Amino acid sequence: MSGPNSEYDPVEVTSLKSEEVTAMRDAALAAIAGARDLEHLKQVRLDHVGDRSPLALANREIGALPPQARKDAGQRIGQARGRVSQALAERQAVLEVEHEERMLVEETVDVTLPTDRRPVGARHPITSFSERIADVFVAMGWDVAEGPWVEAEWLNFDALNMGADHPARTMQDTFWLEPADAALVLRTHTSPVQARTMLTREPPIHVICPGRVFRTDEIDATHSPVFHQVEGLVVDRGITMAHLKGTLDHMTQALFGEGISTRFRPSYFPFTEPSAEMDMVCFVCRGSGRVDEALCRTCRGEGWIELGGCGVVNPRVLIACGIDPEVYSGFAFGFGIDRMLMFRHGVADLRDVFEGDVRFAQPFGVEI
Amino acid sequence: MKAPLSWIREHVDLPADVTLDALTWRLTMLGLKLEGVASPADDITGPLVLGRVLTREPEPQKNGKTISWCTVDVGEANGTGDPQGIVCGAHNFVEGDLVVVCLPGAVLPGGFAISARKTYGHVSAGMICSASELGLPDDAFGGADGIIVLPADAGAPGDDAFPVLGLGDAVIELEINPDRAYALSVRGIAREAALGFGAPYADPAARRVPAPNDAGHPVVVDDPAGCPVFVARTVTGFRADAPTPDWMARRLTQAGMRPISLGVDITNYVMLELGQPLHGYDRDKLTGAIRVRRATAGEQITTLDGQRRTLDVEDLLITDGSGPIGIAGTMGGETTELSGTTTNVVIESAHFDAVTVFRSGRRHKLPSEASKRFERGVDPELPQAAADRAVELMVELGGATDDAGVTVVGQAPQRRVVTIPADLPARISGLEIDAATVTAHLTAVGCDVTADGERLAVVAPSWRPDVTDPYDLVEEVVRVVGYDQVPSVLPTTPPGHGWTPVQRLRRRVGLTLAGAGWTETISYPFVGEDDWDRLGLPADDPRRTTLRMANPLNNEEPILTTTLLPGLLKALARNVGRANADVALFEHSLVCRPTGNERAPILGVETRPSAEEWATIEKAVPSQPMHLAVAVTGQRARAGWWGAGREGGWADAIGAVRDVARALGVEVEVRADAVAPWHPGRCAAVRIGERVIGHAGELHPSVCRAYGVPARTAVAEVDLDALLEQAQQVVPGPTFSSYPVAKEDVALVVDAAVPAAAVEAALREGAGELLESIRLFDVYTGPQVGEGRKSLAYALRFRAPDRTLTEAETAAAREAAVAVAAERTGAVQRA
Ligand SMILES: [Zn+2]
Repeated sequence: MSGPNSEYDPVEVTSLKSEEVTAMRDAALAAIAGARDLEHLKQVRLDHVGDRSPLALANREIGALPPQARKDAGQRIGQARGRVSQALAERQAVLEVEHEERMLVEETVDVTLPTDRRPVGARHPITSFSERIADVFVAMGWDVAEGPWVEAEWLNFDALNMGADHPARTMQDTFWLEPADAALVLRTHTSPVQARTMLTREPPIHVICPGRVFRTDEIDATHSPVFHQVEGLVVDRGITMAHLKGTLDHMTQALFGEGISTRFRPSYFPFTEPSAEMDMVCFVCRGSGRVDEALCRTCRGEGWIELGGCGVVNPRVLIACGIDPEVYSGFAFGFGIDRMLMFRHGVADLRDVFEGDVRFAQPFGVEI
Repeated sequence: MKAPLSWIREHVDLPADVTLDALTWRLTMLGLKLEGVASPADDITGPLVLGRVLTREPEPQKNGKTISWCTVDVGEANGTGDPQGIVCGAHNFVEGDLVVVCLPGAVLPGGFAISARKTYGHVSAGMICSASELGLPDDAFGGADGIIVLPADAGAPGDDAFPVLGLGDAVIELEINPDRAYALSVRGIAREAALGFGAPYADPAARRVPAPNDAGHPVVVDDPAGCPVFVARTVTGFRADAPTPDWMARRLTQAGMRPISLGVDITNYVMLELGQPLHGYDRDKLTGAIRVRRATAGEQITTLDGQRRTLDVEDLLITDGSGPIGIAGTMGGETTELSGTTTNVVIESAHFDAVTVFRSGRRHKLPSEASKRFERGVDPELPQAAADRAVELMVELGGATDDAGVTVVGQAPQRRVVTIPADLPARISGLEIDAATVTAHLTAVGCDVTADGERLAVVAPSWRPDVTDPYDLVEEVVRVVGYDQVPSVLPTTPPGHGWTPVQRLRRRVGLTLAGAGWTETISYPFVGEDDWDRLGLPADDPRRTTLRMANPLNNEEPILTTTLLPGLLKALARNVGRANADVALFEHSLVCRPTGNERAPILGVETRPSAEEWATIEKAVPSQPMHLAVAVTGQRARAGWWGAGREGGWADAIGAVRDVARALGVEVEVRADAVAPWHPGRCAAVRIGERVIGHAGELHPSVCRAYGVPARTAVAEVDLDALLEQAQQVVPGPTFSSYPVAKEDVALVVDAAVPAAAVEAALREGAGELLESIRLFDVYTGPQVGEGRKSLAYALRFRAPDRTLTEAETAAAREAAVAVAAERTGAVQRA
């Protein structure tokens, strides 16, 4: 190793000669230009700019020159090193771009590979459809009410103007609970929720009650001992059948689209008077009964779809629930959620709703 | 109720241009819903004519059958007037009989085309028809044994057979609601048709009836409340064996009743026509006076269906000197029934209390055409007219002599007066209906209306026992105006509260689990005792305390479930059975946890229940908490080009509960437990504070076998209500430090039995406030830590809110954490 040596005082140092410096510089520049890639350039940097490179070693010799020669030599070396550094930086930039371009090509993947690493889940369509229906009413300012499945006979029947000897009781095939004097049933409809609401709140009442109900029906493609209903109840001053019609029209339009309205036919329910069956315009054929010249399968060519029952709340029900029928009137309606799900989505077999096969729920996702 | 159009038209003079569709739609819009229209001629095309058999030559065949080669006079119907040669296989006719002939060119039901064809060595030019070949009931027109043989006077050869057979006469079937019992009769349907078209109506019950006298069959009514009216008429010399005329048999058949014998057919016919159930007694079999009374305990009767029945003291009976001879309004007794030898008849035409008949019918499981009408309400003013009509028919068709005696006991109750404000129909319907229209419409349905200022006093018609309340009259007015006229108006609704917090949170639970790859199911809540055994529940397990259905659909599953696991496991097994090996299910549903106090009162309905009464109802309804359960088998992370999958198991079941708890902002603690149906070493109790809200983990292998689900299936079930109660409604906004973090890893060796949660809790406590987070990143067991020991490696992150931590501070916090862990759990730092 050589270093400054004040005792030794030669007049000239070979490595600092102009032509030598130029040669070292040119060698460095040539090496830089010839660097193939970033790895190679790294070696070139070590060889031509590193501590042991010719230019670095030459630089150390400057101190050995006489003071008057140092300036020239320093300038020469400095310029050469500056030039080399610049070339290095330029080459580095070029090679980096080249490198990235190559990587971008080399890293190409098959983006069509499957990506389903996580299993898919879903809510049950009855759950999400019940919510969807209730949402329509919540948006109108209604509350959502619920009640128990095992219910007092009095609430399921008597309070709704269905006394023990009412023929309508036998029309609802009821699951009775033991013992016989328990006077408990599995609710046959969601109407006891209406009674509970009237018994625990003051009018005005606007509630929608979706829920599970039970009847002793054998299971087949359209019947199930367990199914779902949604009922609506409004009790306020001056409530009329026209309000019932307006509300149902709004609901069918919200769920089935513009222009899908309802119609009433006279019917009978103990808890309403006047009572009506409600139909809605078939949302598939829009009432024509025909789709592409063929009979509409959704409404079987009727142009209408039966929805459920409704009417003006029977004053006897209001009285049993402590509401003065001289001051208030109300309307109520109810229909089957499962049935509506079936015709709205073309579900053919009600059993699929209750069997728990994940292939049924999954296409519906988390919202309907 | 089924009725042929021709019968209805007999009593209402409908305009000629009223089509069947128009009529049935109008009836539907008046409240008599069309169920269907049957018109037997729909699939028959003629020529179908009457023919008289001229000759009949029996010809035995090689196959053992005998056919008849007949010539039949069909008038000019065959175009030639010559007799028609026809081969016939039936034997129930003779030369001279009037029969129904189907000529070549006709098409019978089923697309069966008739042509002249060679058979049995003859050219048979047509067919002599049986009832079933024409789509009629087998036994119509006495055709049960072969072809139809008509009465000699039914028509002439060559006449069109359609009107004679009632073909082409549409039979409409209407669904009659309980409040319209009057429409369970042609009288009632015709009245509604008249109302619908403003057509003239002839009430078949409007007839002059003979005055009551004392010469009739003696009747005593002990229970006028159960039997307000009892009319008895008698006839003598009745030919019970006379045939029922075809027109009557046809109408009975069209209405869905079987012709039986003339006497019975007449009583049924009058019931269909007027709506009044009648009963005929063989007077010679009666012992003394008829007495109407309640049964005495233990009394028995053999009813017409041959059943020996023990009566209840509530049953209303028709009796004579011999004892019970009928259950009032429900079914007659065997001993006094009309028979082929009856000549003297007592016709009972009575009005019975609806509830009494309803209860008897239910008690003895005896639904009948009579009880169906009585329990819904029959016109109490009908009995005399109905009895008179039956007498008329017995005289006319059975050669009987009308007896002078006419017994009438009791009288119809006064018609009810209902008073309404004249504007009530408008106020309730939202239609504009003035007082004059209200009066006109109520009058049209049969009411007598008297205006009294702003109010109307309305006398309901006798056939409308259902009209008792002002709103009943509203319905009558609105149905005449037309339900389709009701306008569509949205009510004004005050601002609501939206979904309740609990309802919103439940939605969040479903979304959380669905987002984590679980699929929701809905199961029936019915289980059997067998399910508790399959789950391995001990005898004293509270889940065995249940409510049972008195009338389950399936006797094997009479119990309302206390746990969602049986339903979920059955669904899981069904999925696996359908070749889906990777299944993750969840369900949230109510379960029923009775307390033993389930005895609900039947309260009155005249007023709102008192607070005490309401409390008794609430107490009697069993507790029905909402549970959440999950079940998983197979892969929870899939295998694929990225590498191996991951089998689901106990950790996924516990993880599901933790995910839900986190989504709800509830802190739950998990501790080892050992309860059925879980694997005793892989069962976690999930707690909120000291309260256990459920369990999670791997199923016991025997439970997997019992339910046919794969080994290592994992499940969880928690009380969702308990979770929701604790849910954080308002999440406090977090504050966090932006100073640098200091990371420290700690590996601790503890006894294998020490729960990781205990070690972590100790580390947290020891680390103090500077600890930002802690995460267990590795668990190691093996030779390096020794038998019965395990190493737990934790990553700790420290950060201060107000400064950069020094190395000394971080080290001190770490040492403190390790020290507490060592003290609490015996942990030793791994070298
Ligand atoms: Zn349609």
